[in-house]
Amino acid sequence: MSMTRRHFLILTAAAAAAWDSILAGTPESAPNYNASEHWYGMLMQIEKCIGCGSCVRACQLENNVPDGYFRTWVERYHVADWTVESPTVDSPDGGKNGFVELKETGGKNFFVPKLCNHCADSPCTQVCPVGATFDSPDGVVLIDPKYCLGCRYCIQACPYGCRFLNPSSETAEKCSLCYHRITKGLTTACCENCPTGARQLVDFKNPKDPIHEFLKTHSVQVLKPYMATKAKVYYYGLDGSVR
Amino acid sequence: MSDLKDAGHLLRLAAVFVVAVLIFLVIRAALVPKGFGKLGHYRSEALAEIAAKPINYAGHQACETCHSDIVDVKSKGKHAGVNCESCHGPLAKHAEDPASVQPAKLEAISLCPRCHTANAAKPKSFPQVIPEDHSGGVPCDTCHKPHTPVIEAAEAKP
Repeated sequence: MSMTRRHFLILTAAAAAAWDSILAGTPESAPNYNASEHWYGMLMQIEKCIGCGSCVRACQLENNVPDGYFRTWVERYHVADWTVESPTVDSPDGGKNGFVELKETGGKNFFVPKLCNHCADSPCTQVCPVGATFDSPDGVVLIDPKYCLGCRYCIQACPYGCRFLNPSSETAEKCSLCYHRITKGLTTACCENCPTGARQLVDFKNPKDPIHEFLKTHSVQVLKPYMATKAKVYYYGLDGSVR
Repeated sequence: MSDLKDAGHLLRLAAVFVVAVLIFLVIRAALVPKGFGKLGHYRSEALAEIAAKPINYAGHQACETCHSDIVDVKSKGKHAGVNCESCHGPLAKHAEDPASVQPAKLEAISLCPRCHTANAAKPKSFPQVIPEDHSGGVPCDTCHKPHTPVIEAAEAKP
């Protein structure tokens, strides 16, 4: 039998491809939840936030967030009339236990709840060297704790400071948009426990979601739009001083 | 066959190449997790693993299936939009097994001020008081019913 080099190389490539598909195995059966039918985000209404810290406490209890670290937190902004570009911001213990009144109460004062923006073009996902951070098919940026090396690259990359290294597991951690709740049809722990409805989970692919009506009549903003991250946490009533 | 007469060294090289490719594929198959790359550059099993975590907050829908009397009372008052676990705490275990896991009794004097203590940063329309001046240490629920916090008509009092 004669075999030219051309045939040999073609056969080798074909064998490699076949071997690869054999090793891949059969895909697992899909659960009832269909991720492609959802596209999650959140709506924050600044004028409703009372800075009670219920969201922060709920998040810590729901997700076993270690003390001193936050998947969501509340900031208080104090903007004197003559320092619009340099507001005073504080967030004692993430706003977990509320806020003590400032001595200086003049000017403009308001609360800004923050969390992972679940960017559609997330910088953290782009920099992860191993694929431990990823965009789920339903628009949630998640971390695979079994695959995370703890290299902290994503923590540096997030423009919103939403990530931290869990000191016990030594893996990166952040808001998962309560993926274990929303896939069961519940809302997130923070939204469930917000007493004023300042934060609302949003499913952009659900035509019945009230967000569609809301967006028709209200102006919303995202944080740091110039970073082009396509953030999906929309803020209504956001002040220009918020960074 | 005349084509391959002087090609022995090429065949040996090809054999080395094949062995190297096979070794690479075997190592790769051993190291790369099964679902990696199926949905994207990540382990697709991670989605199910994250989704399988237990919940601590049952959600107000679960509470309302049993406590419809409270829902009726609450829906008439200012706290209609406040979900149960916002005050009562995480009670998924109680929802699963109501008999053996009982929610803790709440202390109004420490609970209510969490939201209603006056602060310049709070929205002006939100009801807020300086607790010491407002009640002087008398628990809030002496006058206000937590589920319908508005004080009932004056004839209730002597």
